[in-house]
Amino acid sequence: MSASEQDVVVRLTGITKSFLGVPVLRGVDLELRAGEVHALMGENGAGKSTLLKVLAGVHRPDSGRIEVNGEEVVFGTPREAQQAGIAIIHQEFNLLEHRSVAENVHLGREPVRRGRVDRRRMEEDTRKLLDWLGEDGIDPAAPISRLSVAQKQVVEIVKALSTDAKVLAMDEPTAALADQEVELLYDLVDRLRKRGIAILYVSHRMREVFDLSGRITVLKDGAFVTCAPTTEMTSDQLVRHMVGRSLDALYPDRATDEDLGEVRLALRGAGNQRVREVTFELRSGEIVGIAGLQGSGRSAIARAIWGVEPFTTGTLELDGVARRITDPRAAVRLGIGFVTEDRKSEGLALRQSIRDNALLVRRAALPGSAGRKRSDLAALLKSVTVVARGEHQEVRYLSGGNQQKVVLAKWLAVGPRVLVVDEPTRGIDVGAKQAVHRLLRDLARQGVAVLMISSELPELIGMSDRILVVHEGAIAGELPAGASEEAVMGLATGHGIGEVA
Amino acid sequence: MNAPTTWRPRLADGTAPVLAVLAVLLVALAFAGPAYSEPTGYLALLKRAAPLMILAIGQYFVIVSGGFDLSVGSLVTAEVVIAARLIDGQESATIWVIPLLLALGVLVGLVNGLITTKLLVPSFIVTLGMLLVLDGAVFLWTGGAPRGALSPSFRVFGRGGIDLPVLGHLPWSVVILLVVLVAAAQFMRSGTGRTLVAVGDNQDAVRLAGGRVVRLKVLAFVLSGLLAALAAILLGGFAGVSAQVGEGLEFRAITAVVLGGVLLGGGRGSVVAAAAGALTLEALFSLLNLLGVSGALESAVQGVIIIAAVAYASLGANLRLGFRSRTATESSTRSTPPPHKENR
Ligand SMILES: Nc1ncnc2c1ncn2[C@@H]1O[C@H](COP(=O)(O)OP(=O)(O)OP(=O)(O)O)[C@@H](O)[C@H]1O
Ligand SMILES: [Mg+2]
Repeated sequence: MSASEQDVVVRLTGITKSFLGVPVLRGVDLELRAGEVHALMGENGAGKSTLLKVLAGVHRPDSGRIEVNGEEVVFGTPREAQQAGIAIIHQEFNLLEHRSVAENVHLGREPVRRGRVDRRRMEEDTRKLLDWLGEDGIDPAAPISRLSVAQKQVVEIVKALSTDAKVLAMDEPTAALADQEVELLYDLVDRLRKRGIAILYVSHRMREVFDLSGRITVLKDGAFVTCAPTTEMTSDQLVRHMVGRSLDALYPDRATDEDLGEVRLALRGAGNQRVREVTFELRSGEIVGIAGLQGSGRSAIARAIWGVEPFTTGTLELDGVARRITDPRAAVRLGIGFVTEDRKSEGLALRQSIRDNALLVRRAALPGSAGRKRSDLAALLKSVTVVARGEHQEVRYLSGGNQQKVVLAKWLAVGPRVLVVDEPTRGIDVGAKQAVHRLLRDLARQGVAVLMISSELPELIGMSDRILVVHEGAIAGELPAGASEEAVMGLATGHGIGEVA
Repeated sequence: MNAPTTWRPRLADGTAPVLAVLAVLLVALAFAGPAYSEPTGYLALLKRAAPLMILAIGQYFVIVSGGFDLSVGSLVTAEVVIAARLIDGQESATIWVIPLLLALGVLVGLVNGLITTKLLVPSFIVTLGMLLVLDGAVFLWTGGAPRGALSPSFRVFGRGGIDLPVLGHLPWSVVILLVVLVAAAQFMRSGTGRTLVAVGDNQDAVRLAGGRVVRLKVLAFVLSGLLAALAAILLGGFAGVSAQVGEGLEFRAITAVVLGGVLLGGGRGSVVAAAAGALTLEALFSLLNLLGVSGALESAVQGVIIIAAVAYASLGANLRLGFRSRTATESSTRSTPPPHKENR
């Protein structure tokens, strides 16, 4: 083992950390070798992000050792960790929208020439890094706000690498990406690995972990469970390590003919600046999936139904009555719920408690409706498996996946009749994902009409009774339940032929 | 939820430090002045503090929803001057002047709120403008020296009281304060109250959840105006008519709210703590007074308090949670809020 011993860039031993007396990490060991992709797995709230932050100098561990290249180090600030060659990409984007790519990459470390920021050099350096990664589609002078989500992710990576990193920790880098963009990231990770960078990779997408990683470390409730080469682990074993029991990989049964009720929501020739000629029907009791590339207009359709950017042409019918929905309030009051894909800026009031967030819609839009009892709320939070210290905990201290569950709870609390969900399982662990799938199917059985957007094709195909595929702002076709991934991708990229709706 | 639950009551919402400081001050007062050896001394303190506490409660609504109300001081002056002019010593006028004053407070709040929300001008600027407008109007109208006088029945709210069997003499202003405080605390526990705080935290999330952000924000300004009118009625009775009654009260109210642990920029804090902040401030001034410190230092003290309290809130909170760095974590970067979130 002496060869691999030498390759070890970072070794963490016995790391513990608690917040306000609650232990979050209990003696975690982790070892990263040069040129390996090391996956870190665990349920929501297992402590993955916290461990990454300890490694990156954001949090100081209560006890334990951090070694870099065999020498013990203590990081007081993220900058010290950076100087030791450790870079981190956080779970949420940390880019300034109105600054350029180059400015973001060099934020806080701008090169200075004669007392002024050397913009030229900043952009040159950024371009070099982009070239090095083989990403030539990004202009270093362009503002972040003009980039796609995938490109932003690349900028985050460039930013991390610009510090001359030997170790790159990525916290759910693909959570915001669609499948074909994930492919690009694969390439990128591969290239980084070949250049001898050690990569610590956190993701809830099983497929990625098995495709990319060489070794897997599993955490459960803040404790180290196991570390093994990826080839020696099956996905079933991995799940058992994470969740403590095995899960069947099955999606809940699809709707039967009796489950389907009358048409709840119907769009006829609806359009606005982003989408055109959208026509489909959504029945009570069914789950209809919307597939499409990032930026194809999937979310635009959802947001238009919800009245954020309303339809300007065509009609929208709810239970057979034509309605004009011009703001979210109107939508909510008509019984439409919407789980946004951007929980941090649109879904949650981060400083408020879990309870206040879960009750937000009810209080804000439907005051005076018969109040849910306290115990009801507890049951609701349990049904989406929120793990927290109590319902008075501030949402910003929850792990990413648990925040997502609170967003779901917020809508379930008002019992909508049409539920539009945009990436409902983003950042949620395998076990909870299954709980959310069951929940959505149960809602459908109770007569709710569900419209579901997901970038994870297996999930979308597994859950949907029908799939609408959107391409460049229009519906390119409709596929029946259980369609193949190829068929969906064909329509989504504009090549394939499906049964046109 | 299966993790061990350490239930923390709502009181802990930044309330604890101000209550501790208040307790220390109240004890110190007993040592510093003989007047505080009996409950009546404290009752007098409460009576003196009542107008500021009511103002602080009004200011709390605005601050917690993400704004500022700088117009309350001038509004108080305007209200008192107008009351003196309209009543002009006549008993019979009191009965209709009081509702008029309250309506004026509501109107000023409404204007503040509507300009802030509809024209998207930062509340800081709107209410600063309102401050100048009211100041100018009062000066123009009175020529610098207010005319007229308040009637005894008007002044009874600020200086009178009732004699109760056990409690002794209970000032009306304390009774009014308690009613306002209980009502405000009750309101903040209601759905509308909680939503108001959420607006200060993330108004997009509230809007997208179907909330009426504009209406809630206007409501906050209206409440602030209404309570400023109420404070003016108490102050007029207590201190009499002058063109300076309200001077500097807006900053004093903001200091009180911040001292109560309410986050500037909105989204966090309790109304009871804001009121406690006001009482703390009054107690502090009384103590300084007893110790022979010049009244001229009051504004300097206020300035120090405001800076210290805000620094404590943004720094202390993170230290207490065990953050080592204030640069990189998402939660700590968020604890220094952008100054004018309403302008979006
Ligand atoms: N600053 C903080 N203060 C208090 N508790 C915190 C803080 N940060 C994290 N926690 C708690 O630590 C636990 C672990 O959180 P962490 O973010 O590391 O989970 P995770 O494994 O990354 O989960 P996810 O998959 O959902 O992202 C959670 O229960 C969370 O509530
Ligand atoms: Mg995480």
